[in-house]
Amino acid sequence: MRTPAPRCQTRSMPETSTPEPRTAPRTEPAASARALTKVYGADQAQVRALDGVDVDLQRGEFTAIMGPSGSGKSTLMHCLAALDTPTSGEVVVDGTALGGLKDKDLTTLRREKVGFVFQAFNLIPTLTARENILLPLDLAGRKPDQEWFDEVVDAVGLRPRLGHRPSEMSGGQQQRVACARALVSRPAIVFADEPTGNLDSTSSAEVLGFLRRSVDELAQTVVMVTHDPVAASYTDRILFLADGRIVDELREPDRESVLERMGRLQTPAVPPQAG
Amino acid sequence: MFRLTWRSLLARKARLAMSTLAIVLGIGFLGGVLTFSSGLSTTFTGIIEGSTSDALVRPAGTASFEAVGAGSTATVSPDEVAALEALPEVARADGSVDGLGLYVLDPDDKLVGTGGAPTLAFNYAASPNMAGEPILELDGGRWPEADDEVALDTAAADNAGYELGDRVTVIPPGIDGSGPITRELELVGLAGFNGGAGTAGSTLVIFSTDGAQAMFLGGADVFTSVTLTAADGVTQAELVEAAGAALPAGYEAVTGDEVAEESQSAVGEFLGFIDIFLGTFAVIAVIVGGFIIANTFSILVAQRVRELALLRALGASRVQVRRSVLLEAGLTALVGSTLGLVLGLGLARGLAVLFGSFGLEINGAVLTLTPATVAAAYVVGLGVTLLSAYLPARRASRVAPVAAMREDTATPEQGLGRRTAVGVVLLVLGAGAAGAGVVGAPGNDALWIGAGAVVWVLTAAAISPVLGRPVLLGARRVFSAVFGTTGRLAGDNALRNPRRTGATASALMIGLTLVSAVGVLAASMAASTDKLVDDQFEADFLVQSPVFGSFPVAIGDQMAQVDGVAVLARQQGVLATVGDDEEPTYIVASDDAFGDVYDLTVTEGAAQPGAGQAVVSADTATERDLEVGSTLELGFPGADPVEVEVAGIIDDTPVAGPVNVGFDVLEEAGVRRVDTTLSVNTEPGSSSERVQAVQDELDEIVADLPIVAVQDKEEFADSITAQINQLLYIVYGLLALSVVIAVIGIVNTLSLSVLERTREIGLLRAVGLSRPRLRRMVTLESVTISLMGAVLGLALGLVIGVLLQRSLREDLSELALPWTSLVVFLAVSVLFGVVASILPAIRASRMNVLEAIATE
Repeated sequence: MRTPAPRCQTRSMPETSTPEPRTAPRTEPAASARALTKVYGADQAQVRALDGVDVDLQRGEFTAIMGPSGSGKSTLMHCLAALDTPTSGEVVVDGTALGGLKDKDLTTLRREKVGFVFQAFNLIPTLTARENILLPLDLAGRKPDQEWFDEVVDAVGLRPRLGHRPSEMSGGQQQRVACARALVSRPAIVFADEPTGNLDSTSSAEVLGFLRRSVDELAQTVVMVTHDPVAASYTDRILFLADGRIVDELREPDRESVLERMGRLQTPAVPPQAG
Repeated sequence: MFRLTWRSLLARKARLAMSTLAIVLGIGFLGGVLTFSSGLSTTFTGIIEGSTSDALVRPAGTASFEAVGAGSTATVSPDEVAALEALPEVARADGSVDGLGLYVLDPDDKLVGTGGAPTLAFNYAASPNMAGEPILELDGGRWPEADDEVALDTAAADNAGYELGDRVTVIPPGIDGSGPITRELELVGLAGFNGGAGTAGSTLVIFSTDGAQAMFLGGADVFTSVTLTAADGVTQAELVEAAGAALPAGYEAVTGDEVAEESQSAVGEFLGFIDIFLGTFAVIAVIVGGFIIANTFSILVAQRVRELALLRALGASRVQVRRSVLLEAGLTALVGSTLGLVLGLGLARGLAVLFGSFGLEINGAVLTLTPATVAAAYVVGLGVTLLSAYLPARRASRVAPVAAMREDTATPEQGLGRRTAVGVVLLVLGAGAAGAGVVGAPGNDALWIGAGAVVWVLTAAAISPVLGRPVLLGARRVFSAVFGTTGRLAGDNALRNPRRTGATASALMIGLTLVSAVGVLAASMAASTDKLVDDQFEADFLVQSPVFGSFPVAIGDQMAQVDGVAVLARQQGVLATVGDDEEPTYIVASDDAFGDVYDLTVTEGAAQPGAGQAVVSADTATERDLEVGSTLELGFPGADPVEVEVAGIIDDTPVAGPVNVGFDVLEEAGVRRVDTTLSVNTEPGSSSERVQAVQDELDEIVADLPIVAVQDKEEFADSITAQINQLLYIVYGLLALSVVIAVIGIVNTLSLSVLERTREIGLLRAVGLSRPRLRRMVTLESVTISLMGAVLGLALGLVIGVLLQRSLREDLSELALPWTSLVVFLAVSVLFGVVASILPAIRASRMNVLEAIATE
């Protein structure tokens, strides 16, 4: 179960040439979307934040979603994570189709199958680090798996800080607590929304390193929205969004290739008539 | 972005609306009380001035008796009235017959007008009042002419359900013999005081002159007083001077102005009491409202730190920032006070209905906003609001411009150390004042304790963040044990801003302090009464009037005939001036059987007065320096003073009066014999069935007479407890408004806290907190706050109540703690907490998870 998926194995997967993989993979994806559309506003003021996105997020993969501001990357993540409801299209998380689920079921799904790391304000200020980490399990009324808890806590290196409250920790430490919380319920998929957006480079490296390890050593699935080419270079696969569509994909990125691909996207992404 | 701004503006409108509501309720209560009391005084002034003639010829020295409703036995003959009318300064002289002790029954044989307002019975005379208008006006029918005809005031007839032509049942005063006790009269007229101001609950019973003389004066053609109307150009003073030439013996003439003034001052005392009673609750409501306003503005300022800092950075001076907050407060106060006045008009009508149900009916037309009420409402509304908003405004002006640039805008709460230290000193000072009251320092003990209590309540409110902490910790522990994480989070949230929680809970605390202190006093009063009744109630049955009136001696005569009655003792309470006193005192006349029923503790001399003798209580003896053998002068209206010899001194007891005489003294003074209390004993050793049979027969005698009730020991104690409880419920009802304002404060604080924690709530929802559990979390936080207010208030009230009982232990011998009530109050507070959380909880649960996270 907890067999670490070695990084090299993931990396050795053949790179698909098509930007939007339509072929069904051997195993069911952790999350997938079909013809996902999200429209804000009405009539003239309409904004198509997502415009028919198809995506599969494979288990055991670390995926980054990148794109300029307003490209719809956060909206995509929110829809995939059952935080927001799409205008049309279908989202499946760990085999469960979200369409038509009531708030109660969505709440349960988020609690059981999804982990979150936000850019800021990840922790409940009145709870200690330990309590924050265990919050999803507490809310579900589940007993924590002590072995798994220890493994996660040791992986984020926070054991000495477990009794501290958020106000007594640095920003990096707080984000690592948030990562631990996202993982503790062994979710099918973890969504991270600019998790390093508020951090200095050292703290960013700590957090990204941990997310990487959680995929490699703890066999987790992580999806991260980011602006930062350095952050993106930690991942296995980058999806580039522009104007609500997936326009490109990059496998096994490094900083240079990310920058190069981003630069290439700039030109068509800003046509004169685009709003 | 625009949407966000618009939203927050709307949200702030709602927040201000909530604090406006606190002002509206507080000022509404104040306005209602002021409107009601001015309406009451207008009503009485109208009645008094509208029913007083230019001058009155009355038995000399009866002013103080008239004021308390005691009559004279002196009379005036028609010749003497004619002599007065013959004077050139007198336009007309009308002989009046004023009857006392008459009761009117409704068709179901219930008393009409039981609420303490008097039944005024008199003969109809067409004499005008001081303004030259008729005193009485017919609303329907005609004035009575025959002996068995009567007119009633319209309101009383309506309340009783009588219509013109109906037979009205009355109980006349003092019927001797064993004939029928009630009489029936034909209702021929409906009348009222001129001007339609109503009768303030009094029942008017109007007879023809012959009818009144037959009813009250045994049919003799005499009068009890004479009203004079001045001839053209004659002043009241001239009229009175002229009347001096033809005054009947033992009579005096007084101007109408003087009579009106006497009545006003008698009424004024009573009205003043009502004003203070109601005013106290209005002031409490306003103070509680002030707490809410202060708290709301504190939170609003705390949440706007960044905005205020930006203003400062853009060049706004401290004064400008402070002024902007105060301006906001001022506008809120203006709107709140205006709405409060509207509400006040409604509340005044509510009070009128409440008092109407106790027999003090006033005409709704007099309940108008006077300029004084309007001015008071705005002054108090603005004053309290600006005062409450001043500290938050000052804090706002101290926001550093750099705060606009900071990420972390939460202003850390200042330490509570200094406040706590000062608070502890004040608590000790309060304890000193209260202690002084308990050990009997000079001055009024209860006043000392009251002062200590006020210091305590205000200090407790100020340091409630510290005092209430154990309650919050306890609530968190219990809630997290019962509700798990949800409960734990709720407990944490309540602990998060101790000042905010403290201020919110304090508003509730004030109301509950009073509720619990009053509860302790009422319980002690009931216990003391029980004890007293246990100790002093030596008769098998007590026959008394539930309206504290007298009843004909015929009732006692009939009861004495009942088989199984061994002893029947009669007592008659009478007003008399004792010694050189101006004000009359209730003295008690009793028969010899009294000594067979009650075992009085004699200090000196005899227990029972013989002919021409009096037995005085030990207190009276000390006060007046009396000993056995001293003489004492008793004055009765319209009669020469009666001298009695002190035959004995007894311990003070509620069954005897300060001065006790035999019936011979009343006879000598010409006071009509009626009974006020009968004590009945069955034959010694009677079985309980036998005793019950006797009671059934006694009950049968008074079955149709609501003015008389036969009570055994338990019933007597119950009837007193019922009266205590009635008063208690009125007090609770009046305090309820303060509690409602406090609940609004909880709603306000919770709404603001929910808004402030938008992102946190979003996060909780994102990681799996369901909507119902989120609502439960908000509800539990609310319950925690209300529990803190309730526990502090009830505890404080308990202490204050116990101290007050200690200081009043001469009258309140027993201390009783109303545990059941306290538990009920605690439960009700929890309920209020749940109710207060409904809106904020729904609001929190409706928050869009995504938007909540995306805030800022």
